[in-house]
Amino acid sequence: MAKKLTTVELNGVVSEVWVEVPENEPVAWPKEADLAVLGKPLPRVDAYEKVSGRARYTHDINLTGMLWMKILRSPYPYARILAVDTSKAEALPGVKLVLTHKDVAGFAWYGDRSQLLDTTLRSVGDEVAAVVAVNEHSAADALKLIEVEYEELPYVLEGEAALQEGAPAIHEGGNLLRGRPFVYQRGDIEQGFAEAEFIVEATFRSQCQVHACLETHCSVAQWSGDKLTVWDSSQAVHPVRESLALTLNLPVASVRVICLYSGGGFGSKLWLNKHTVLAALAARQLGHPVKITLDRSEEAHSMGNRPANVMTLKAGCKRDGTLTALWMKNIGSVGAYPAGGGTGTPLREIYRCPNVKTEDSIVHINADTARPHRAPGHVQGTWALDQVMDALAEKCSLDPLEFRLHNYSETDQVNNRPYSTKGLRDAYEQGATKFGWDERAARKRHYSTASKKRGYGMATQIWTGAGGPPGYAIIKLYHDATVAIFSGCQDIGSATRTSMVQVAAEELGLPPEKFSITMGDTQGTPYGFVSGGSRTTPSQAPAVRMAAAEVKRQLLALAAQQMNLPAARLDTRAGYVFDTRNPATRKPIAEVTAELRFGFGSGPKLQNMLIGKGWRGPNPDDVSVNSWGAQFAEVEVDTDTGEVRVLRIVAAHEFGRVVNPLTASSQIEGGVIQGIGFALYEERVLNNASGRIVNANLHDYKIPTAQDIPEIETVLINLPDARANSVGVKGLGEPPIIPTAGAIANAIYDATGVRVRQSPMTPQRVLEALEEGGRRA
Amino acid sequence: MPSKDKSSRSLFPITRRRFIQGVSAGTAAAVVAPEVARAQIQIDPEVAGQQRVPVRLQVNGRSYRLNIDPRTTLLEVLRNHLDLTGTKLVCDRGECGACTVLRDGQPVYACLMLALDAQRHRIETIESLSANGKLHPLQEAFVRHDALQCGFCTPGMVMACKALLYSKQDPSLDDIKEAISGNLCKCGTYPKIFRAVQDVAQLRQGR
Repeated sequence: MAKKLTTVELNGVVSEVWVEVPENEPVAWPKEADLAVLGKPLPRVDAYEKVSGRARYTHDINLTGMLWMKILRSPYPYARILAVDTSKAEALPGVKLVLTHKDVAGFAWYGDRSQLLDTTLRSVGDEVAAVVAVNEHSAADALKLIEVEYEELPYVLEGEAALQEGAPAIHEGGNLLRGRPFVYQRGDIEQGFAEAEFIVEATFRSQCQVHACLETHCSVAQWSGDKLTVWDSSQAVHPVRESLALTLNLPVASVRVICLYSGGGFGSKLWLNKHTVLAALAARQLGHPVKITLDRSEEAHSMGNRPANVMTLKAGCKRDGTLTALWMKNIGSVGAYPAGGGTGTPLREIYRCPNVKTEDSIVHINADTARPHRAPGHVQGTWALDQVMDALAEKCSLDPLEFRLHNYSETDQVNNRPYSTKGLRDAYEQGATKFGWDERAARKRHYSTASKKRGYGMATQIWTGAGGPPGYAIIKLYHDATVAIFSGCQDIGSATRTSMVQVAAEELGLPPEKFSITMGDTQGTPYGFVSGGSRTTPSQAPAVRMAAAEVKRQLLALAAQQMNLPAARLDTRAGYVFDTRNPATRKPIAEVTAELRFGFGSGPKLQNMLIGKGWRGPNPDDVSVNSWGAQFAEVEVDTDTGEVRVLRIVAAHEFGRVVNPLTASSQIEGGVIQGIGFALYEERVLNNASGRIVNANLHDYKIPTAQDIPEIETVLINLPDARANSVGVKGLGEPPIIPTAGAIANAIYDATGVRVRQSPMTPQRVLEALEEGGRRA
Repeated sequence: MPSKDKSSRSLFPITRRRFIQGVSAGTAAAVVAPEVARAQIQIDPEVAGQQRVPVRLQVNGRSYRLNIDPRTTLLEVLRNHLDLTGTKLVCDRGECGACTVLRDGQPVYACLMLALDAQRHRIETIESLSANGKLHPLQEAFVRHDALQCGFCTPGMVMACKALLYSKQDPSLDDIKEAISGNLCKCGTYPKIFRAVQDVAQLRQGR
């Protein structure tokens, strides 16, 4: 079988994978194909479990004889452990085990930069020791009895300060990752600015935003002899299993990781965590299952974030609006250990421009390490970029939408190749129509008062939509014409189970209610990479379809014998095998498969069920596969109080074939709402005097509530992408969060005439901007 | 019994009469659920110095007797002792609503209530709304309108909405927003929840 090297991208990181080219992969359904299940608003196949409270999340796993772990965490942003005395903690009734760095030496973490329990603590919340007790209260009590002598070190909490001469060095070699910025350039940036007739330059500061998953990170570890089972609140059961096997020196086959339901991840649950390894080690030592559930403060302090960025942008264009130069210098404060902090992708890719340069400095500070957070880099990068685009449009006296259409790029300018499909123009047009973009001046006049100003803004989004290998699926068709799907990856709330059932049901010609699906258990499912980065559906759907197609070939061969017709003439639909030349000749699939029923002694049978295997083939190498969207916002700004109310968002997105318009619209609404959280409310605030988070709870850390939600209208551009994969799907997870903040920022400017260049755009910051701009009412 | 809990509202599967029957049966037979028996095995006798106190709870129409650490919350008892894990722990300090249960028909945060203080009240959790694969009409509306994503806030949302529908026959959009303003969702399911509740209210009105 032919192998091919293909590129896959996850959250801006590109990797190469060898993959077998499938020989029998079904051809993509044409756009006009009359499909029975794909594209229909099927309710979630796992809705019953979730809505009834019977879905078992990791938090809900309670095992007989289970012990509870709690972790002692660093109270200091930068310190060394000089001595630890655990004797009082160990003496507390109910305490079974205390682990310190002396007990768990030899587990390297973050490459070789740290240890499972390190004696150098580089962030508040770094792990110091672990206690296991008979219940959570006793474990928490014991933490208070551990005596630690710390040497406090001078620390730095801000990226710009960390780059200064003499700043405390968090790692050998200084605080700048790699010792130099990541630089991208094309064309001649100086020449581009020389050609420009209008230039805009501004600095934007975006906040640190924590993921605030409702289900905090949690693991339960249980041993049976040398075999380990871990329930983990995760987006990556298969990668976590591989990491556990590697860390604990176990055969992969001896490790099982389960996460059937995950209470939110948003990128914070993509890999193995220290607490999971500590729970596994303690469980082995004690011979009891061990559970650890992080509390809300630990979650905020230690489980990742979208890093703060300082972005200086400079952009130039001709009088007619043609972009000539785009430049950005970005400082991303990613925390104590290496992480992604770049924000330049939208600027490099989305608008047509020959002369571009980005410089991303990724900087260590004494705070928690960043993790991918739904559309990493793009949310803040687009918030800044689309404000600059609006400023240029204004200078050119062009409508913001017209300006964007004028600079529409038909090709991927970074990789010098065309896009497989690009439905952004449709998203612009249909979104603008739905929003009433052309009526906004009249609405503004009609609704604005002396202190309450209406404003209208828009922004654009790009995200890689390709997904890619590795990803596998297995499908079994039983003798009663019911089907079991076993797929890699997980359903993290994005209705992946439902989408996979729809794909298999379409291919096999059976109704969705005949299907069951297993995802999120390494013991029963073949490998799938992480469920994140908008890769799950475009990676797994083609694998599921291929497995279903293999089952279908076997089914038609069986039916051909029974119906005395060549298999090539047969097809399936709505539960029947039928003759394509004479559709009236048909037989229920259940009658065809009844022959498979095995009864001992009942006569010779070939088999009991039909099994198909599928996997994700290579990505196309001559086109780029991206998802697109535009959002339009209507806001009201109270110039007395600075409060911004978002009244309406229209979100128009193109992500290939729309598998399920019901769940897709949910995902888009959710992205918009999280985008509003970034734009207006959410901000991790560090106390400069302690390095601790002052709002590490859900009262002071503001996420949008039901009262903050505008009217959200979604526009789904259905554009099946035959080049992308056999199902025609592209990713939708990240796209809808990306343009919301930019659209709101532009609407605030439209309402008030001032730009708010620090996010979240809180009442105080809006008032300061109004003051500065002389626009205070 | 609160006047709001009227058995005439047949939409709700647990009526006052059926609830009383359930409690009586549970009390008369002095039922100790198998879940409780299992939970008691886990209590380690070597935990000295911790005073344990007896509590008696009425949850989902059943009577339970337990010996617990007095600082144990209602939420912890539901989740860790009665294996009723549909009620979720998220913030543990009354900020998010994920642990919403009904106390005598009124929504309360189970994380803010000591189990001791839940005695002599009728507690309903998400598990009481469905049985044998049959969902409550409100839950069916959540499914129909896709008013859930990761699902972790969903039980609390359903309970808060159920309490709203107890008190208001035909809630407005603002009523719904107010009713769930103490329930946080990070996936952003709010718009679909609004629709689900409006839909079920309209069904109830026969519209």
